[in-house]
Amino acid sequence: MKYLDEFRDGALAQLLARKIAATAEPGRAYRFMEFCGGHTHAISRYGLADLLPPELRMVHGPGCPVCVLPIGRVDMAIALASTPGVILCTYGDTLRVPASGGKSLLKAKAGNGDRCSDIRMVYSTLDALQIAREQPQREVVFFAIGFETTTPPTALAIRQAQKEKLANFSVLCCHVLTPAAMRTILAAPEAEQGGGVALHGFIGPAHVSTVIGSRPYEFVAADYHKPVVIAGFEPLDVMQAILMLLRQVNTGRAEVENEFVRAVSREGNLKAQACMAEVFELRDEFEWRGLGVVPHSALKLRAAYAAFDAERRFDVAYRSVPDQPACECGAILRGLKRPQACRLFGTVCTPENPVGSCMVSSEGACAAHYSYGRYKDRH
Amino acid sequence: MCLALPVEVIALGADAMATVNLGGVKKEISLALLDDVQIGDYVILHVGYALSKLDPEEAAATLALFAEMQAGGFAAP
Repeated sequence: MKYLDEFRDGALAQLLARKIAATAEPGRAYRFMEFCGGHTHAISRYGLADLLPPELRMVHGPGCPVCVLPIGRVDMAIALASTPGVILCTYGDTLRVPASGGKSLLKAKAGNGDRCSDIRMVYSTLDALQIAREQPQREVVFFAIGFETTTPPTALAIRQAQKEKLANFSVLCCHVLTPAAMRTILAAPEAEQGGGVALHGFIGPAHVSTVIGSRPYEFVAADYHKPVVIAGFEPLDVMQAILMLLRQVNTGRAEVENEFVRAVSREGNLKAQACMAEVFELRDEFEWRGLGVVPHSALKLRAAYAAFDAERRFDVAYRSVPDQPACECGAILRGLKRPQACRLFGTVCTPENPVGSCMVSSEGACAAHYSYGRYKDRH
Repeated sequence: MCLALPVEVIALGADAMATVNLGGVKKEISLALLDDVQIGDYVILHVGYALSKLDPEEAAATLALFAEMQAGGFAAP
């Protein structure tokens, strides 16, 4: 496909690898965090870590929406789905996320001997709206998760529901903000970053940045003196971004640079931003898996759209639930541990039967390593 | 989750909807988050919505940079 195949050329990747090796200064350690699960997936899928010199290590970040969704939020979705008359619509990624008491949305859908919940996997908010139009006698709740890529589509759906007076449509809003998560990682003591070694730079998100632009990352350079390079999700994009980060570090620069110029500007998509701002406002705080409670890190519906807020329409409240004690997802999401350091990895916890959220979505650090790297560890 | 694909817009419809070519598959998507999309433009498609237009000149410039590297070996950074 155009704009994909050209950025997956193996010979060019080898060339970039040689250039990276020649640019990395011997004896110096470089630790770069790829914030996004999309990059984590690309690094695992294309074996990019094997192309990097020993001085350079990539650390996985928390940018995987399914991974950072805490158990209590999935519990809310299951509670809503079990409410009589409700159809819960969700992106497929959330279905297998483990909830309290060994439950998941998938298990709730299948039922456990009594009644099964009406849970429907949708590709788009457009599909959820269509279900609400076709079934006016049912309550249709959309489980809205994700960073700034999925947020504008949710905002548009809410505006559309208001326009059409779709009184049976509502949203369980769990949208979270990328810059807030980056600030949390950066504010952690240096000894805690990157597995006990300070991080030297970030690969910034591809598609989130098409919406928010490159400007929101400027605090990383200004306040924390760390370089950021926004990169596309294809392997050559990632390799080029690593090279750009190396050059910044070697010359003592800390700037926000953009490798993904074909789709990202400094301002981002202003129309999408305006749409989000019209429908949503900041929550005072939100609990993330791995990062804990982070102030001003997530969105809720504005009062003007309260009628479409499932948290107000139904009797559900968030309750914090601790993770499975042996699960290392929290430390993995903060970049402190690698998936293979978890005792459960690949034995008790697999993509078919995940214990922690990082094993669920293909962008999760554990699922990515399980799919593409686990055999290498044995040799 | 944030994965998205570059697709070509092949027809424009009512209510900001459009038909795109997704690697040979035709699909209806929404252009409501973008302005001024023309037939033949490539957009980044995510959960049924186009998030951004692809700039063919910038894409060509990035590829040219790689090609230059390939042709000339590489100089010290």
